[in-house]
Amino acid sequence: MQYLPNILFAIILIVAIAFFTKNVSRLRRNINLGKDIGSLNNKPQRWKNMAKIAFGQTKMVVRPIAGFLHVIVYVGFIIINIEVLEILIDGIFGTHRIGLKFLSTPVYGFLIGSFEVLAVLVLVSVIIFWVRRNVIKLQRFLSAEMTGWPKSDGNIILYFEVVLMCLFLLMNATDTSFQNLNSGNIVSQFIAPWFDGMSANSLHAIERTAWWLHIIGILAFLNYLYYSKHLHILLAFPNTFYGKLLPKGQFKNLDAVTQEVKLMMDPDADPFAAAAEDASEPEKFGASDVTDLSWVQLLNAYTCTECGRCTSECPANQTGKKLSPRKIMMDTRDRLEEVGKNIDANKGTFVDDGKQLLGDYISNEELWACTSCNACVEACPVSIDPLSIIMDMRQYLVMEQSAAPSDLNNMMGNIENNGAPWPFNQMDRLNWAQEQ
Amino acid sequence: MDSTLKVPTMAELFAAGQQPEVLFWVGCAGSFDDRAKKITKAFVKILNKANVSFAVLGTEESCTGDPAKRAGNEFLFQMQAVTNIEVMNAYEVKKVVTACPHCFNTLKNEYPGLGGNYEVVHHTQFLKQLLEEGRISMEGGQFKGKRITFHDPCYLGRANNVYEAPRDLIRKLDAELVEMKNCKKKGLCCGAGGAQMFKEPEKGSKDVNIERTEQALETKPEIIAAGCPFCNTMMTDGVKNKEKETAVAVMDIAELIATAEDL
Repeated sequence: MQYLPNILFAIILIVAIAFFTKNVSRLRRNINLGKDIGSLNNKPQRWKNMAKIAFGQTKMVVRPIAGFLHVIVYVGFIIINIEVLEILIDGIFGTHRIGLKFLSTPVYGFLIGSFEVLAVLVLVSVIIFWVRRNVIKLQRFLSAEMTGWPKSDGNIILYFEVVLMCLFLLMNATDTSFQNLNSGNIVSQFIAPWFDGMSANSLHAIERTAWWLHIIGILAFLNYLYYSKHLHILLAFPNTFYGKLLPKGQFKNLDAVTQEVKLMMDPDADPFAAAAEDASEPEKFGASDVTDLSWVQLLNAYTCTECGRCTSECPANQTGKKLSPRKIMMDTRDRLEEVGKNIDANKGTFVDDGKQLLGDYISNEELWACTSCNACVEACPVSIDPLSIIMDMRQYLVMEQSAAPSDLNNMMGNIENNGAPWPFNQMDRLNWAQEQ
Repeated sequence: MDSTLKVPTMAELFAAGQQPEVLFWVGCAGSFDDRAKKITKAFVKILNKANVSFAVLGTEESCTGDPAKRAGNEFLFQMQAVTNIEVMNAYEVKKVVTACPHCFNTLKNEYPGLGGNYEVVHHTQFLKQLLEEGRISMEGGQFKGKRITFHDPCYLGRANNVYEAPRDLIRKLDAELVEMKNCKKKGLCCGAGGAQMFKEPEKGSKDVNIERTEQALETKPEIIAAGCPFCNTMMTDGVKNKEKETAVAVMDIAELIATAEDL
């Protein structure tokens, strides 16, 4: 019976890790439904971007208040996790504060003391975040796409963090032997007196309960990630690594089109030549569903934490148009999840569900409102590129469906006929030089 | 002052066995739009004054394909690109200058992959270079002390990280450069990009150019400076909408310099 807690702990840990592994493999599978992008160039620059943007949070602090609070929560998250290591060892081997065996009391106290201070700072930040979302009601948290689950999701994450930090402080405050050390209980020494007069047994029971709830909470949170917008705490790193390195204005040239154009321009090409035997189905132009997007665009979708900086910088959104770059990312993820579940339900193959990203999630009206100004791309703190998805979907609308607004069809007709977007004769192109 | 513009074409120079220092890519707006033609002429006046050896393609120039590509028509874009590249490569073009950030971006970034490799500069970068090389001189003249705000074109600024060349030129005019609350990386679009210039906007509460004009007017400028013919149109319309056209002028950087020099 003596080993019961250890066994229980090991079971909980194994179940949590198994669940998490399953979710990670599902995540990988879904992301890999996207198109291959070939090999990556310039890896040194990519590592640098990851270090700067994800690890160094350089783009978070562009907005100083949210940025500063986020850095606190982020640093707290990373550093307090050192404590989780001790908890895991204690849990498996039935030890208590194993750190004290390896570290001198002052060093151990310094560590735990820093965690306690960080825990308080995280608590304060998280409460301010909650107030921003629910009391001040910042515009960017109130958009149409931020109702229902996305809104609850945002709050659940904050509640999770509040509970975890409180449990950590409570666990320290009710740990009599730790309090007696009088080293590192910087914050918890002020909480300990709340329990004065309690019996040693009750104190121990509270300490144990807090300890167990704390670690179970952390494991639950780990497994909540996949169902939440909070995946960014893991995916921000690969996402900034795979982010676009080209100038923001450079959109990719479609190779399939280049082949055709070259053939058209080749005076020796035989226009009546039969298609080659091995000619594959002509490639679909642009994107109407998530599987037409690249896997990096799908990774983008899972990385998005719905902060809405993109949408608040979007000129179309600012002037009341339907387009919201954040919604483009959320729709892409929702549709990808739907496709993933379809594959799971049908033993590994996708069965047509009569739905697609275009139309069922993202409307033409949203796509045509974009000015391609790159404000959303610039605003994203984790290198997500909503613009590339918008452009791929426009490509599908125009090249596969000829569904451009009529004004744009006129413009393109003019370019085709007279080499300018307006109906002017190409032979008049130099007339300005003679005009006074 | 001789008011006739000297605008040699690549074909003329080629026939005479000459190669200009730089090709001036005029662009569709610069060729056909009445407002933008003034920018083209102002820039040519400066080039003439500085004795820059340049040429235009004239009737051999065609749309770069930018609006087609941003509208989703990759095929039309590449047809335009390949045609233009054939012409430019035949003339062995090495360097291109253009007053249109959309042409600039497309020529600079999207043509190399299709066989068109040129050094491409925006006219504000080119003018700054002329100034640094002492080939043009600039004194503030009538712009001395005037409040000028600069509207960053998306395809020059965010798209290609060119923020300082136009600003340096404004400072050289001894003008007071005032920044809008959204400038440089955070500059707000004028509303014309992504082929929006050629269509009606989607339903909304306001037009983008009005929003941007309001931001510009907040700085109480005497002049709104632009570096893009489309931004120029959008901001000019915005200023008219606010009935401020007598108090606030919308001018291209090239026009500012040409006017300051009485060209």
